Amino acid sequence: MDTCIKKIRALAADLLDKGEVERVIGFAKGTIPMATSPIAIGSKQEIEKLVFNSTCGLNLANFATKQKGKIAIIAKGCDSRNIVTHIVENQIKRDQIYIIGVPCNGMVDKFKIAALFKDEITQFEEAGDTLTVSSVSQTQTLSKQDVLRENCRLCTHRNPVLYDVLAAELVEEQVLENPFPDVDRIEALDSDAKWEHFENLTKNCIRCYACKNACPLCYCPTCFVDEAGPQWVGKGQNKTDVDTFHFLRAFHCAGRCTDCGACVEACPMGINVRDFTRKLNKDALELFGWEAGLDLTKRPPLDAYSPQDPNDFIK
Amino acid sequence: MKFITIDKKDWAKGIDKSRRTYQLFGPVKDENGCKIKELDTGLVPDMDYHESVMSAKSVLFPQSETLLTASLNESVEDHHIMKRAENAYTPRAVLGIRPYDAKAILLVKMNFDTKDYRDPYWCDAYEATTLVGLGITRPGPFDFSTSVGCGPFCEDGLDILMADLDDHYLAKVLTPKGEAYAVACGFDAAADDKESQALFDILRKEAEKNIASSVETDKLKEKVLLDLHEAPFWDEVAFSCINCGTCTYVCPTCWCFDIQDETKQKESSRFRNWDTCMSPLFTRHATGHNPRGVKVQRVRQRFMHKLKYFLDKYDQGIMCVGCGRCVKSCPVNIDIREVCQTMNTYEKKD
Repeated sequence: MDTCIKKIRALAADLLDKGEVERVIGFAKGTIPMATSPIAIGSKQEIEKLVFNSTCGLNLANFATKQKGKIAIIAKGCDSRNIVTHIVENQIKRDQIYIIGVPCNGMVDKFKIAALFKDEITQFEEAGDTLTVSSVSQTQTLSKQDVLRENCRLCTHRNPVLYDVLAAELVEEQVLENPFPDVDRIEALDSDAKWEHFENLTKNCIRCYACKNACPLCYCPTCFVDEAGPQWVGKGQNKTDVDTFHFLRAFHCAGRCTDCGACVEACPMGINVRDFTRKLNKDALELFGWEAGLDLTKRPPLDAYSPQDPNDFIK
Repeated sequence: MKFITIDKKDWAKGIDKSRRTYQLFGPVKDENGCKIKELDTGLVPDMDYHESVMSAKSVLFPQSETLLTASLNESVEDHHIMKRAENAYTPRAVLGIRPYDAKAILLVKMNFDTKDYRDPYWCDAYEATTLVGLGITRPGPFDFSTSVGCGPFCEDGLDILMADLDDHYLAKVLTPKGEAYAVACGFDAAADDKESQALFDILRKEAEKNIASSVETDKLKEKVLLDLHEAPFWDEVAFSCINCGTCTYVCPTCWCFDIQDETKQKESSRFRNWDTCMSPLFTRHATGHNPRGVKVQRVRQRFMHKLKYFLDKYDQGIMCVGCGRCVKSCPVNIDIREVCQTMNTYEKKD
């Protein structure tokens, strides 16, 4: 993955050179360790700004819509699935986007890494699976596998599902015996403990909405939390209102979430926001045999009616 | 001015004693990082924390705060008349507050306590609050406080400044409020003022040396406001912004709020919540018109307010204390230090 940046830059430079796209959307090096920043490159001179590494945890599909002209975009497996979702949901046209696919070995969990240090991290370097991370007082060598994000650990679509060109060789997809061990753990709780789990999850939420704003699925012109006439949900720190936001947001993602982890990546409080969406992903798979963003010809299950629907109540 | 030493063995006992008269706040760590929270009985402040995701501004300016209440029960006298909520402004102390957070409170004060307007809620809370700071001996990589008129041992806004000296704290009592708090804790072991000050100076210089990060703000004042406003770089700055409220909520100097009314059965309340200039709703008029309807306008607003409007209005530096929280927490790594540099060096091309 560390060598693919040369290929990404070459491909991007070529596209801009030939005028095939207006801009290339990718990741730029961050100003602090373990950070990258989405960027739109419009000229060959800026090409060196593009990077790709294990801290590119946001989902670039979120930046692909409402762009002028044709764009190119760097897409990991999950980004590509959200591009498919965007196309299916008419947020962008297929011929408006040139996809530079990047097979992915997973992104690192910044909170997990930070927790291994007593003070703040000052340096982060990666070479293959080996990460060298330093703080003011110490340096640690870590295996990337040990600090992968949970969604990457459970990812079965590391390769882009839709692309125009690949920036690296395809990687082997993981085959998981159980793709939802986290959901199983919560399902096994009794209802009081389940409630407590979710109450605990949101206890430090500051309602900054980084989770929904980092999510490619959240493109409503006005989110329900911002509806003002009439207002749909209380705006204070009342627990019921905080929870209402999270529950409704999750349900709005049902059958559409690709488990890209951008919500968790963006949350400044390190809340495992995926706990809200994962059960819905599991249900989508078990009840509809559906994983979001794999097929340009199919609409999400909750958005489709079929006369062959197995449920009697709907006929 | 006087110095006292506090043996760490006496610290918990002392602050516990102060609970008789003070409500205590301090850094508390849990699975979501460190926040400044009320310290319930038995809870001691985590004095060793190296960063808190959220600043101490919430002690004076809670994220949600009831302002007025009214009863809608018509059998009650004064029903439907809004009255100031009965918030208690009994003495409170914030323990282990970082110097930049105390300095930030002074910047916020310029807004909430002016010649023309006085926010009674914030001001009453301010009057009731004693700020017991802890100097930063090991500044983090995001700390650029020294270049914005603050620093790891800055005394501005503090009532007491303490230095961590392994087995004890050396505390500089800066105000009568600080003195009263030390008495309430029973901390009275006087230290030599001259020697202690010399030690503080050494610690401050050492800590300042370890601050690697800085911003230049020297040319912001002379820039023409509209030149900066119309500058071409804002689109680039704003591209990655997802318009969440993280930067404004973690910021110790952001003070904007929204007012809401809620009614529950026969009780009505008017309260304010932190608001963020990143949200489209922040400026949406009742007509539907939005003067800052697109993202780039909102991103520009945040930086223009902090780095230009505030400076022009008060001439007291920029509205930033260099804590680096927004740099660290921004999901897309928009870095105020870079934006400040861009603004400070911007020359309009004719």
